[in-house]
Amino acid sequence: MTRRIPHRLSGPDLGADMGPGSEEPPVPLVLRDVRYAYAGSQRWALDGIDLELASGRVLGLVGPNEAGKSTLCLVAAGLAPAAIGGRLDGRVLLGGRDTVTSASYEIAQRAGILFQNPATQLSATAPTVYEEVAFGPRNLGLPLDEVTARVEDALTTLRINALAARDPMHLSGGQAQLVALASVVALRPPVLVLDEPTSQLDPAGTRLVGSALAGLAATAATAILVVEHKTWLLAGLADEIALISSGRIVDRGPTLAVLEDERLVGLGVEPPPAIRLRRAVEARGMSLDPELLVGVSTG
Amino acid sequence: MTALPARPAVAGPAVDAVRLEGVGFVYPDGTRALSDVTLAIAPGERVAIVGENGSGKSTLARQLNGLLRPTEGRVVLFGQDTAGRHVAEIARTVGLAFQNPDRQIFARSVRAEVEFGPRNFGRKGIELDGVVEETLASIGLADEGRTHPYDLGYSRRKLLGLASVVAMETPVVVVDEPTTGQDAPGIRRIAALIAALSGHGRTVIAISHDMRFVAENFERVVVLGGGRVLLDGSAVEAFAEAAWPVLEATSLSATYPARAGARLGLGSTPTDAAFVDALAARQATTSGPGPRGSGRGPGSPPD
Repeated sequence: MTRRIPHRLSGPDLGADMGPGSEEPPVPLVLRDVRYAYAGSQRWALDGIDLELASGRVLGLVGPNEAGKSTLCLVAAGLAPAAIGGRLDGRVLLGGRDTVTSASYEIAQRAGILFQNPATQLSATAPTVYEEVAFGPRNLGLPLDEVTARVEDALTTLRINALAARDPMHLSGGQAQLVALASVVALRPPVLVLDEPTSQLDPAGTRLVGSALAGLAATAATAILVVEHKTWLLAGLADEIALISSGRIVDRGPTLAVLEDERLVGLGVEPPPAIRLRRAVEARGMSLDPELLVGVSTG
Repeated sequence: MTALPARPAVAGPAVDAVRLEGVGFVYPDGTRALSDVTLAIAPGERVAIVGENGSGKSTLARQLNGLLRPTEGRVVLFGQDTAGRHVAEIARTVGLAFQNPDRQIFARSVRAEVEFGPRNFGRKGIELDGVVEETLASIGLADEGRTHPYDLGYSRRKLLGLASVVAMETPVVVVDEPTTGQDAPGIRRIAALIAALSGHGRTVIAISHDMRFVAENFERVVVLGGGRVLLDGSAVEAFAEAAWPVLEATSLSATYPARAGARLGLGSTPTDAAFVDALAARQATTSGPGPRGSGRGPGSPPD
């Protein structure tokens, strides 16, 4: 799952300034000095966010409860303020186009979002898991063959073919989460915004989602923004990590560098277990040769 | 927390808080979720039920408070069979915090949500205020009493769902995936809450995928797979190398310190603390690195 190829998550050309004749495709997701307050709130939930995410790259977002992680997901996917109101300052560009001036059907084709709570995601109208996953592609107006291909591909990617005939409202929490993810994956958006996609999954399901996302980034060039408390999963998946606190990004860099940041613990973010164990050993005045634990699985 | 409600007064010290006898359950659509589950859980015990997605964990939790009734076998609480007892009556003995707080929360303020259970059980006045305030403080929501639950983020709604069950002061508390969506301080609050409940003699049964949380906070681990009990033992037993095939059979894996401990031949070390203790003990008995070259002495340079 670890991908250590040279890459660029950000750069000077932002896509935003690309004219119609440019050769380079626009950067799929750009946030420029974004501030956002929920409707009826005087407080900026996001307070000056700058972010760019290139095709095929995975950016992990970590931070304490109520730091603004879910809000950033809603804004990055163009749902806030378009669908839920509130006040937005700055610019959010999906595929080089400002979300404020885009129609909702345009936004829906440029970004897919997985909500934190999969129960919120499911349509509650589809009688089977298969229909649930087909719901999105159908609404895009795709031909039937294409809908079928996408549904089967998404079900296979997340290994939930066996659930195809089940009622989506009668699944376990983890199964519902995989179905919700499949329904977003089937839309094949250039940008995927995932709010804790593995929160209800067992360790094997978590690893499965990790490799599925790595596969989407590598083969479909999907740009992925993923909120995740399981830092061990990000260690093998994300190209970069951004640490968010009180609506601001306070650290951003290559995954392993951010995960070693001592401030993480103070901000309520657990480092991966290997880092934690090493620190616990050191705190007792001992040390441990990391070579001895090479290959011990962390997840 | 204040005294237990009168309900389990029939229970002597030898009576199990929860006993499942050959419990099986088949959903109306024919899906079998549980087969021949037999468990006896003592008052005050902390038990984690683990297993892969769809292994029957949440179904089992619902058997305990009567939301679902076994299609085979029986569920006995403090010596009383739950068959024929109304769910409202069972709720006085077993409180269940749902996996999804939004299926539980209904009130218009945080305080009203927490008050609802104890008020229904007859608490009022200063007594009610005491329970509510203490519970809100324990989960860090003391200043949010007037807040609408849906103005809280998901993680704090989850804590609220937990609090509203804890406030009912039932002798048995069942929590379904309590750590979902929580940051590290949130998990520490839940851990402290569970320790406090257990310290007051209340039985805590948690459904969880969070192996670290399980290893650090529960004295007993029940591994569920395909609706059956695959393993029932202490955290040290459940995360010992010999048990890994059982864990893997239900898509789980031992904690990192357990696997690191096994690699270094330290025995079963399910938690960071257990690993560090075992490493220190070995370094104390050998003058240098162990035969397999585990940790170095305190004087060694850092890596």
